[in-house]
Amino acid sequence: MSYIPNTREDQEAMLARLELPSLEALLSPVPENVRLRRPLNLPPALSEPDLKRVLYATAAKNKNLDTTISFLGAGTYDHAIPSVVPHLQRRSEFVTSYTPYQPEVSQGMLQAIYEFQTMVCQITDLDIANASLYDGSTAVIEAVLLAVGPGGRGEVVVSQGVDPQYRRVLHTYAHARGFQVKEVPLRDGLTSIEDLNEAVSAATSAVVIQQPNFFGSIENMSAIEPIAHKGKAVFIATITEPASLGVLASPGEYGADIAVGELMSFGNTMSFGGPALGFMASKLKYMRLLPGRLVGQTVEEGGEKQTGYVLTLQTREQHIRRERATSNICTNQSLLAVGAAIYMAALGKQGFYELGELCLQKAHYAYRQITALPGFEPVFHAPFYDEFVIKSPVSTQKLQQHFAQADIIGGYDLSLDYPDMKDCLLFCVTETRSKEEIDRLVAVLKEVQA
Amino acid sequence: MSVEKLIFEKGAPGRRVDTMPAMDVPTEALDSMVPSNMLRKEPAPLPEVSEIEVVRHYTHLSQRNFGVDTGFYPLGSCTMKYNPKLNEDMAVLPGFAHIHPLQPESTVQGVIQLFYELEQYLAEISGMTRVTLQPSAGAHGELTGLMLIKAYHESQGQGHRNLVLIPDNAHGTNPASATLAGYKSIEVKSDPQTGGIDMEHLKALLESNAASIAAIMMTNPNTLGLFDSNVAEIATMVHEAGGQLYYDGANANAVLGITRPGDMGFDVVHFNLHKTCSTPHGGGGPGAGPIGVKEHLVDLLPGPLPAKGEQGYYWQDPGPQSIGKVRANKGNFGVLVRAYTYIRTYGPDGLLHVAQSAILNANYLKHELSSDYDIAYPQICQHEFIATAERQKEESGVTALDVAKRLLDFGVYAPTIYFPLIVHEAMMVEPTETETRETLDYFASVMRQIAEESRTNPEIVKTAPHTTPVGRLDQALAARKPNLRWMPGQEQTH
Repeated sequence: MSYIPNTREDQEAMLARLELPSLEALLSPVPENVRLRRPLNLPPALSEPDLKRVLYATAAKNKNLDTTISFLGAGTYDHAIPSVVPHLQRRSEFVTSYTPYQPEVSQGMLQAIYEFQTMVCQITDLDIANASLYDGSTAVIEAVLLAVGPGGRGEVVVSQGVDPQYRRVLHTYAHARGFQVKEVPLRDGLTSIEDLNEAVSAATSAVVIQQPNFFGSIENMSAIEPIAHKGKAVFIATITEPASLGVLASPGEYGADIAVGELMSFGNTMSFGGPALGFMASKLKYMRLLPGRLVGQTVEEGGEKQTGYVLTLQTREQHIRRERATSNICTNQSLLAVGAAIYMAALGKQGFYELGELCLQKAHYAYRQITALPGFEPVFHAPFYDEFVIKSPVSTQKLQQHFAQADIIGGYDLSLDYPDMKDCLLFCVTETRSKEEIDRLVAVLKEVQA
Repeated sequence: MSVEKLIFEKGAPGRRVDTMPAMDVPTEALDSMVPSNMLRKEPAPLPEVSEIEVVRHYTHLSQRNFGVDTGFYPLGSCTMKYNPKLNEDMAVLPGFAHIHPLQPESTVQGVIQLFYELEQYLAEISGMTRVTLQPSAGAHGELTGLMLIKAYHESQGQGHRNLVLIPDNAHGTNPASATLAGYKSIEVKSDPQTGGIDMEHLKALLESNAASIAAIMMTNPNTLGLFDSNVAEIATMVHEAGGQLYYDGANANAVLGITRPGDMGFDVVHFNLHKTCSTPHGGGGPGAGPIGVKEHLVDLLPGPLPAKGEQGYYWQDPGPQSIGKVRANKGNFGVLVRAYTYIRTYGPDGLLHVAQSAILNANYLKHELSSDYDIAYPQICQHEFIATAERQKEESGVTALDVAKRLLDFGVYAPTIYFPLIVHEAMMVEPTETETRETLDYFASVMRQIAEESRTNPEIVKTAPHTTPVGRLDQALAARKPNLRWMPGQEQTH
């Protein structure tokens, strides 16, 4: 199968026009000492029906969440995708366009991203937002790099309530760029206020707190904010579960300078965790330091002065500023931002609140049912949003076997990241889980216990 | 000319797309579950629009956007080839799209298998030992590659090496990535005749900075569309100076099955799967930027990496030398499914034919434009070439920007303009292999017409475009008085 439209005859006619004998003659600039003189060792070409068969079979080896009940969260959340979202997001004029460098023929994408930036401001209560970043983890990095500044070697204070994957990425970048990272421990599932107070000093350039944190616990941001701001540090709130913003206080309300996180779960398929959708919103004063694309509103040159949209403040970016750019980011996540914008427009003011409350109520119902079972103990007693930690009376391995038999994907095994949390599971319950499904989970746990 | 109202200007209080499931569990008061100081005070003021309004709004926006499916997109260095529909269908199969990244390994055997096989395909195509699919896009791959080089030098007691050599025609991401990796970049001049690296300048830089060179970053063919035939010699020189060679794979569409970065002497390579493997650009992403490395860098790769054992596929944690993760989860899987489908569509002979056909289309178009426009480097090009508006600018003041804008009136997208920076009035044209001869002829005829207009009626070119939803926009105003979000009360001008 091939998508090359020109036939052999077309190509021969084109070569004749170039007065060249063969396709091989076009390769004369490639010296013999680097030529590959054998076919690539790859599987042979397949027809469309044959290739579909191969991929259907590969896909069928995976348990998918359309047919399996899942209580997994831990940074990636299962929120229902209204059918309008993929239908509109996948319109090929969006899908097959490049970064909108020629605004006159890219107004659709530019306006959709301008609206996305506005909606991110609306849910975070911050002044401005960028067009997107790769994912939540790199969004945290970009915010930290903004705070550390060019050539800066300040110290970054990060709570251990921040997603362990995000912290691993932070350490990778910190090593390359040469800044220090100090981790603040948790107490009863929440960032230890005492330890945080001790960790933040005049040398601190950024304080990073996740809300709700990795264990689902709701941090007391009103108590954290004055500590984060006692020096000159930038207070960075990380949000991996954006549904929480429907009911929980927003970063703007509790005084964060920058909010970053993950919006993949708004309208985009989880696709094994990627492509994801990092976002960044901030107070106005960071506008010229923001990484990534920014869409701005302007008017036509000349007479008409009709409104239009352009990529703006591009002197921050790599293609203009090169080694002095605020970030190296180029291609990132525009199409996912369009998906998230359509999703937020679809939910609207009322739906966004309902989403927030549904997740909260359903998770608390599940929590009450599970902790009523003998032997299943809550690990923390902090308030939580739609995730909570349960210590199981039997091993996680045994639990997983029971889950598999019941076609349930249970909670996340926390001992994978926290070795001292043996037999502790992080359960997530979003609006997609019905009462009946929650009751089935509880029934399986009851069986295990028996 | 018309505007589409913003979504915030549409709808009415109480409207919504009504898909939310019912509250089917017993509820409790919010403030009994969440401390009241952590409850939101005002609901987020998102739009209030009905389903039909949402559908029409975004349909209208899509109609105000130009994509490869709309028309020819000769954007140099961006490889805007046709994006196969089959690949889109495969990526959204529930068995690929509705999968949680933390599911137990036994429930994602097909996912790990696809990672495993795609890694092997890319290693073979690039001539490298091992590949990681973790980086999210080309620039992310560059940064990851430079981190690997840094970790390698540190492991060899050479951690003091802090300079990265970058040719003057390199993509802007190269120096930006070097900075992010904690390196200082030094520009290497290109040779005005060959368009390749100026060997004397390279030699001088290597000699005067011998102990400090960490790496050189190269694109081959480079952004002039020219293959640097000295590449093997450059590799020897840089290696002898103790540096590593980084291959920017943005232009890899030109080398498929013809030559391999590994065989040219490179130690690290990144792919832009959204270019070479035809995954769609999505208006600026998502992409994927896998990197391949030679044997001496394998232990440093970010993990985990897919592995195959007797019990099936599994994720193998990297060893203690790994640089660590560069993003959450394993990579842009949805993009990887498309790239996998693409490679299996073509097979080895097909991929070679992709590169050959891309090169033929570029040379054909270069020939067709050469009577009306200056061609920066007249020799045989690879996947792209640089035409210029130097002649037009001199004759009538028509610039590359004007030509680009006038093209939009004829239903084609503009080439990349004013890049690379070393060519004045540059128009970088990359037709790709998926265009017909008739489309190339049409583009050439439009370009000839614009050249003619520049001579006879330059105003029509200088004030273009004339038929698009908006005319030229005031970029200076946008930057001087930034308006990055809608606020209540704000209206568009019609």
